Amino acid sequence: MSYSITEPSSRQKTLAAFLVITYAVITLVPLLWVFMTGFKTPPDSISYPPKIFSEPSLEGYVNLFTTRTRVTPERLAELPPPANFAEEIVRDRNMVIAGKSKYGERFLNSVIIGFGSTFLSIFLGTLAAYAFSRFNIPLKDDLLFFILSTRMMPPIAVAIPIFLMYRKLGLSDTHLGMILLYTAVNISLAVWLLKGFIDEIPKEYEEAALIDGYTRFQAFYKVVLPQAATGIASTAIFCLIFAWNEYAFAVLLTSGTAQTAPPFIPTIIGVGGLDWPAMAAGATLFLLPVLIFTVMLRKHLLRGITFGAVRK
Amino acid sequence: MAQIRINNLCKEFGDFTAVESSTFTIEDGEFFMLLGPSGCGKTTTLRMIAGLELPTSGEIHIGHNEVSNLPASKRDIAFVFQMFALYPHMNVRKNLSYPLISQGMKRRDVKAKVAEVAKILDIESILNNPVGGLSGGDRQRVALGRAIVRDPKAFLMDEPLGALDAEFREHMAEELRALHDRMNATTVYVTHDQLEAMQMGDKIVVMNNGVVEQFGTPQEVHDRPATLFVANFIGSPAMNLMPFSGAIEVGSQDVMLGDSRIAIPKQLQQADGELVLGVRPEHVSLQNDGGYRGRVLASEYLGTTQIVTLETSHGTAKARIGSEIDIQVGEQAALQFDANAITLFDQATGAALSSERQGRENANG
Repeated sequence: MSYSITEPSSRQKTLAAFLVITYAVITLVPLLWVFMTGFKTPPDSISYPPKIFSEPSLEGYVNLFTTRTRVTPERLAELPPPANFAEEIVRDRNMVIAGKSKYGERFLNSVIIGFGSTFLSIFLGTLAAYAFSRFNIPLKDDLLFFILSTRMMPPIAVAIPIFLMYRKLGLSDTHLGMILLYTAVNISLAVWLLKGFIDEIPKEYEEAALIDGYTRFQAFYKVVLPQAATGIASTAIFCLIFAWNEYAFAVLLTSGTAQTAPPFIPTIIGVGGLDWPAMAAGATLFLLPVLIFTVMLRKHLLRGITFGAVRK
Repeated sequence: MAQIRINNLCKEFGDFTAVESSTFTIEDGEFFMLLGPSGCGKTTTLRMIAGLELPTSGEIHIGHNEVSNLPASKRDIAFVFQMFALYPHMNVRKNLSYPLISQGMKRRDVKAKVAEVAKILDIESILNNPVGGLSGGDRQRVALGRAIVRDPKAFLMDEPLGALDAEFREHMAEELRALHDRMNATTVYVTHDQLEAMQMGDKIVVMNNGVVEQFGTPQEVHDRPATLFVANFIGSPAMNLMPFSGAIEVGSQDVMLGDSRIAIPKQLQQADGELVLGVRPEHVSLQNDGGYRGRVLASEYLGTTQIVTLETSHGTAKARIGSEIDIQVGEQAALQFDANAITLFDQATGAALSSERQGRENANG
């Protein structure tokens, strides 16, 4: 048997695959558990010993999107037959649907704030990164360090000043306030990541465009941006993941109109005990947008991580 | 096409002076070489003509317009980059169309013009290919195509052959020169390769440390170098430069190199002190007998000629002689200089002394 330096042996490959798969399984088990809990009935979800498999039920999802009231069996008997499957599920528990829950609204808030702050971070970050990369800016290094320094402490360390400031400015519990806050946190990441990507793009491309009769902004827009697409995509994913998952500020600064999904999901408490399937259903749906966004951009993300590792 | 006039052009980057008061004129239709070692300011000069750098002071005229502070997009020039800088997210056709679209040309006219240029450069078959997969030569052709498609006032080229391998370079150089002759376009070409400059250029500017050392035809620059730097930089092997002390009177026709009397062209300038005698290896012949002797250190065989390196009392000297002459290392030989081909330099200023051969116009460098 011969050995080569570059090609791992089949035993090494097996070992590597085993490690990767084990790690993936360990990471995925909680997610899988959340996903499965979403399809259990409340009694199944808290049964002991825990049930791994149970009769699938949409009760969690129904509970997630509705508010319900308990009624007496006599009253229930008087009602007309259930109009849809959701009412059927609810009536089995001696309840009727009283109205829509706030999950839809909170989810929409998350979408507006998450994607809004991601867009703003990328927009400002790209312009700033381009300027830092291409122009002679006075105190450039200090400015870059200053921008980075905003990330040198956990953002929550400034929670109280921000809380007071937001109350004075009327930004508490507003979409704009949350978008600005997440943008402020993400912008340093965006500027630094994007500057790295733009530095890698030879400036001759823009110079060629300038000579071909385009203005500096046209050259930036038509030549630099398409080249930076990879970097922009991967930076956008990082920004979105942060803004989407952020919990601490959301709890502190939002309670009503602008509340995002993360602080809302734990408040889904059923009548007479915690409604685990509803919470699990809320968490499962909450994961989807980031998952879809990441899958859509995964090609860019992979290239993004290794970008600049090899000089062509 | 247009004439380009450079007047007292300066560029400083902080404390560093990249280009120091350069003045020269590029005639309409000329193939003009900016030659010098790396860091001499030739690329900065080109970029100032292009509008990619703004000069600290001085004037640039393209045709009848003073353009030194105009943005690149307003100067109507084309630029060929060393790394070609083809737009990587566009195919060949789009790359060629791009400069025309910016001028608001109609779609049909753009198509016709691109087809015409593709035909000239023989790249019709790759028009719809992405630029990523092209060979070096094809990239070069597309880059040239993007430059000529617009009929600009001038072409500026920054070492366009630098990224090609040696064999292809030769071929491309010929193609480039043929293209220039056909279009009769004013071309400014930056290179550090003196052979390329001699081979292709109508005129050469030799730059060093941001200063224009000499400006002239390839032959003038080669045969009558204005400074020690040019003498050393141009020609392969370089000119023999033999330092000596002596005095020159107006009308002198010889100098003493050690104990030997060497005939020189009639001098038009008085000088004394530390001087340098410059003579190209082509103008040195070896004899059995003669006054000025050296010992053979080495001989390089180059086919029809050989380069013989000799140790003399004024440093090493090289002679290019026929390869049929039998020379042994260690042998003594007499060096005979072609009197008409000698240039004297002032060691301190580096400037050539004017003589009947050198001409007065060179003396100011």
